[in-house]
Amino acid sequence: MTIRSNMIILKPQMDPDTDIGGRLHRFPVTSHSAIVAARSDDLEVRQRAFETILTSYWKPAYKYIRLKWQASNEEAKDLTQGFFAIAIEKNYFARFDPTKASFQTYLRTCLDGFVANQKKSEQRLKRGGGTNTFALDFESAEEELNRHRVSDGITPDQYFYREWVRGLFTLAVEALRRSYDEKGRSVHFKLFEAYDLRDEQVTKLTYADLAREFSLNSIEVNNYLAAARRDFRRIVLDKLRETTGTEEEFQREARALLGIKIK
Amino acid sequence: MRWLSDNTIEHLRSITDDPDFSATKYKVVKEIARGGMGTVYLAEDIELGRQIAIKVLNTPELDSGLARRMVREAKIIARLEHPGIVPVHDVGTLPDGRVFYAMKFVRGSRLDEYAAQVDSIKDRLRKFQAVCDAVAFAHAHGVVHRDLKPQNIMIGSFGEVLVLDWGVAKLLPAASSEADTLILPGTNCDVRTDKPIDTAHGTVIGTPRYMSPEQSLGEVEQLDERSDIYSLGAVLYFLLTRQAPIERKTAGATGQSATTVSIQRPRELNSKISKAAEAICLKAMARSAADRYPSAVEMSADIGRLLDAEPVSAYRENTVERIGRWLGKNRFLVLLVLAYLLMRIFFILTAKR
Repeated sequence: MTIRSNMIILKPQMDPDTDIGGRLHRFPVTSHSAIVAARSDDLEVRQRAFETILTSYWKPAYKYIRLKWQASNEEAKDLTQGFFAIAIEKNYFARFDPTKASFQTYLRTCLDGFVANQKKSEQRLKRGGGTNTFALDFESAEEELNRHRVSDGITPDQYFYREWVRGLFTLAVEALRRSYDEKGRSVHFKLFEAYDLRDEQVTKLTYADLAREFSLNSIEVNNYLAAARRDFRRIVLDKLRETTGTEEEFQREARALLGIKIK
Repeated sequence: MRWLSDNTIEHLRSITDDPDFSATKYKVVKEIARGGMGTVYLAEDIELGRQIAIKVLNTPELDSGLARRMVREAKIIARLEHPGIVPVHDVGTLPDGRVFYAMKFVRGSRLDEYAAQVDSIKDRLRKFQAVCDAVAFAHAHGVVHRDLKPQNIMIGSFGEVLVLDWGVAKLLPAASSEADTLILPGTNCDVRTDKPIDTAHGTVIGTPRYMSPEQSLGEVEQLDERSDIYSLGAVLYFLLTRQAPIERKTAGATGQSATTVSIQRPRELNSKISKAAEAICLKAMARSAADRYPSAVEMSADIGRLLDAEPVSAYRENTVERIGRWLGKNRFLVLLVLAYLLMRIFFILTAKR
């Protein structure tokens, strides 16, 4: 152990009487690495892997191109489409070596190389330019960029990482919502949304407030929130596993993601 | 999709990082330490109403090497029932899948903090002797610590000495079979392995500033009790001089620091250190394992002799030093004899007048 300072007071405790999970509950390992699957001989497996990677990375890639390469929104759209098109065509992801860097660093390096080449040769439109290879919601990405200014002093690399984290958490929140809707437990998600997805600027609700709002008692609120957080954590780690190449990289990224504050 | 602000993301990161202690008898009070493998929390045992420390694996992987290492660590500590080794109370798996173990919560300060506060070298040596005794006990049970350093040793509120952090300990062949067969507690699935969970050759684990040359070279198979003896020597060096034998930047830069860097003699840093104390330290830190103390018991015995002002095995003193040490040890007797002689002389002189 190296860090022995930075003591943190934790949030209110979960109810020990909860019946969700339980002592014998085992963390289900449901997802597999899309990075590994990208090397598969099976075309269908490979396509699913590409979809996973694309879903996680297109938005950080788009914003990164806008920020680092000072590209216009149209140019950034084409470059993003072009990059993922060529990455899939040439199977960039299968060449990833987890012993050398993390996948996100690898992807960012490939992206930089691609954009630099495109800019140099001015052949941007040759690959994906003006075409819509993938149905990506660039409008929402652009809106986020306009609405939330990039903080001063943040490097493009840090920005890429931060946006990747934001993307990962956003996908996890959506997956949690879908999962609870399917199970008919939408109240779990609504509680989670009301309590944990609120911006800090807004006055913080108490469990008693939530109990009143949702016609539950405080213990139910406590238990439902604990379950939602536990499921959220599981989904985040599942998604992280999908976008990491090895167990070691997964462990490293999980520590970085959950243990160290981003700027 | 919903936009998540930076504040919301930070909040989500903190709640996903919090261990889920529901369905256990523990209630977390606060985080007290965080490392690469796990995080230690101060918690309350609700049933017994006492405070304990809980080490929780950072990620929920039952079948990963880290989880097995954590359970193994708990099993190693559990078998080492000694006043100098923190007892483990419980081991299990949290509902969120993370392996944990609960242990005694030690109030006090780390050895490096203690050394900064205590000026008496003798007092520091007494604590060090207790460290040697705990390590000797572990060695007798076939366990090599591999990460002995002042930061892994606690001095409790009542002066008790406790050796912590057995996460990278090595089981010597005779002792390894039992602890390497694991069933993860708190689960209904068997996760057994007959393979030793040890470190591959060439892997360097530990703390460079305190590790032996063979450890810094990753010679995992060759590591035995004498590697810990080197680290004990390095801890003694720290207690005598208040600084590590190798500087942090040097240790980080070379990666093989203990094999290549020459160490400054303790007496060059603090002239109050006796030659015998320096000799014990340097003997323990000999580059060749064969030149070190063969056991922590013998090192502890030498420290005991040093504290009792008796000759130590690590240092051959000359006649003057022997007399000096004898005089120092029998100071009161010498003073009494001198006083007696002075009185006799005084009486003889006064009687002649």
